[in-house]
Amino acid sequence: MYSKVVLLRFPREIVNEPIVANLVKRFDLSFNILKATIYPRKEGMVVMELTGNRKNYNAGVKYLGDVGVKVENISQDIRRNEERCFHCGVCTAVCPTGALYIERPEMSVAFEKDRCSACELCVIACPAKAMEVNFDRALLDS
Amino acid sequence: MAHYKVKKTIDEINRKIRGGKVVVVTAEEMVDIVKATGPEKAAREIDVVTTGTFSPMCSSGAFINFGHTKPPIKASQVFLNGVPAYAGLAAVDIFIGATEPSIDDPLNKVHPGQFKYGGGHVIEDLVSGKRVELIARSYGTDCYPNREIKKQIRLKDMPNAVLMNPRNAYQNYNCAINLKDDIIYTYMGVLRPKGDNANYATAGQLSPLFNDPYYLTIGLGTRIFLGGAQGYVVWAGTQHNPSVNRGKNGVPLGPGATLMVMGSLKEMNSHWLVGLSILGYGCSLAVGIGVPIPILNEDLAKYTGISDEDIFTQIIDYGKDYPQGKAKSLGEVSYAELKSGTITLNGKTIQTSPVSSYVRAKEVAETLKEWIEVGQFYLSQPQHPLKDI
Repeated sequence: MYSKVVLLRFPREIVNEPIVANLVKRFDLSFNILKATIYPRKEGMVVMELTGNRKNYNAGVKYLGDVGVKVENISQDIRRNEERCFHCGVCTAVCPTGALYIERPEMSVAFEKDRCSACELCVIACPAKAMEVNFDRALLDS
Repeated sequence: MAHYKVKKTIDEINRKIRGGKVVVVTAEEMVDIVKATGPEKAAREIDVVTTGTFSPMCSSGAFINFGHTKPPIKASQVFLNGVPAYAGLAAVDIFIGATEPSIDDPLNKVHPGQFKYGGGHVIEDLVSGKRVELIARSYGTDCYPNREIKKQIRLKDMPNAVLMNPRNAYQNYNCAINLKDDIIYTYMGVLRPKGDNANYATAGQLSPLFNDPYYLTIGLGTRIFLGGAQGYVVWAGTQHNPSVNRGKNGVPLGPGATLMVMGSLKEMNSHWLVGLSILGYGCSLAVGIGVPIPILNEDLAKYTGISDEDIFTQIIDYGKDYPQGKAKSLGEVSYAELKSGTITLNGKTIQTSPVSSYVRAKEVAETLKEWIEVGQFYLSQPQHPLKDI
């Protein structure tokens, strides 16, 4: 089983088409939408976790590209400042995807970027301000 | 104390440090040693057990004398990087408190506030060698006519700077949950609604006061690891409560003793003093503290051999009970359970997260161990025991 969080940008021409449903029907993928917005000019943006077997996942992502959806790997957008992080664990209480978790028995905080949905809850919850956003926030907030 | 089979003194241990023959282990290592050999043999073999904690400690701050100016000023209002410092002392003496937010911080006006910069951050910036903007205002006197000064200042420019923390190193602390229907933002971190997660503090078996639960070796003048330098216990901390309920092993079942600690800020470093922004709560400072426990007899070996399974705390509702000042125990859990990642309350499994760093706590204990082994750190004889305060 393969699972990845991706950011999809839908151009306005296809925003009304059931593209995500096709991922389920044709490619046997399951999805979990973490964030979805339609912007004033009608482009759509969806952050979702896409799960299935690796081959189907790749075929599904290719399909998205073919119909005009821009697929971005968003996990690289949240970074941890390793100098500032002192492994307290506060972020693990708010991380919804389990990308931040305690490694036992060391009790250090691990950050698995592939599981990060870039929700940014850790960014404001981290007392040491060690979680940084490298993100086009203006686009998300608009 | 005549009944002890092992009797050592602090002087004897210091002689061993001087001769390079001292045997030091961390409180984590001591757990297995005492389990394997029993307290008596452990007491013969081990001279010192080092402890450590690294955690938000709100009751922290620094006394600073920023030096006289020409013409001189009797400062009555002082800001460091926009953070107000208490100036109700002599002309250029101030106290900067860890939780003081910057003067233009929006606080909780948009809840939860982010508290991006405060006294804790000023202290971190100073110890890391950064320049800090000092603004001092005065009403002017015949002897101190200057009304206002504004300058960039570094820690090394200051005639005196002392970290002086009124309450650190709490002996045990609550495990916090939230039974309300809404998320809450506390000094114990973010608590999701309906008891969905539980947060806890302290380093458990590594934490200083769990390893000498009756303060037999700790008191006024105990030399400690503080902020990366050598500091001292100067009194019991505020809210010190030695008469707390204890388990059969003597370990408090809730918040007990506390330490007031002091040391030269100029010798400390920013790895061990980190400014914090606690979401929806305020600014603070994470402080690294380690106390060496001399193993003078088998009782102290037994106490320092304590493990997370033997240390318990109370689950407290920070949603409804705590804000009303009616904190009551909803259940008792061990630190072994808390550290496992889940606890069970009323049949429900709850995810746990720490707010103290066990990784750094261990680093404190290991650093202190090394200092003692190489003869950089000697134990001190407390002048007034904590148990009598």
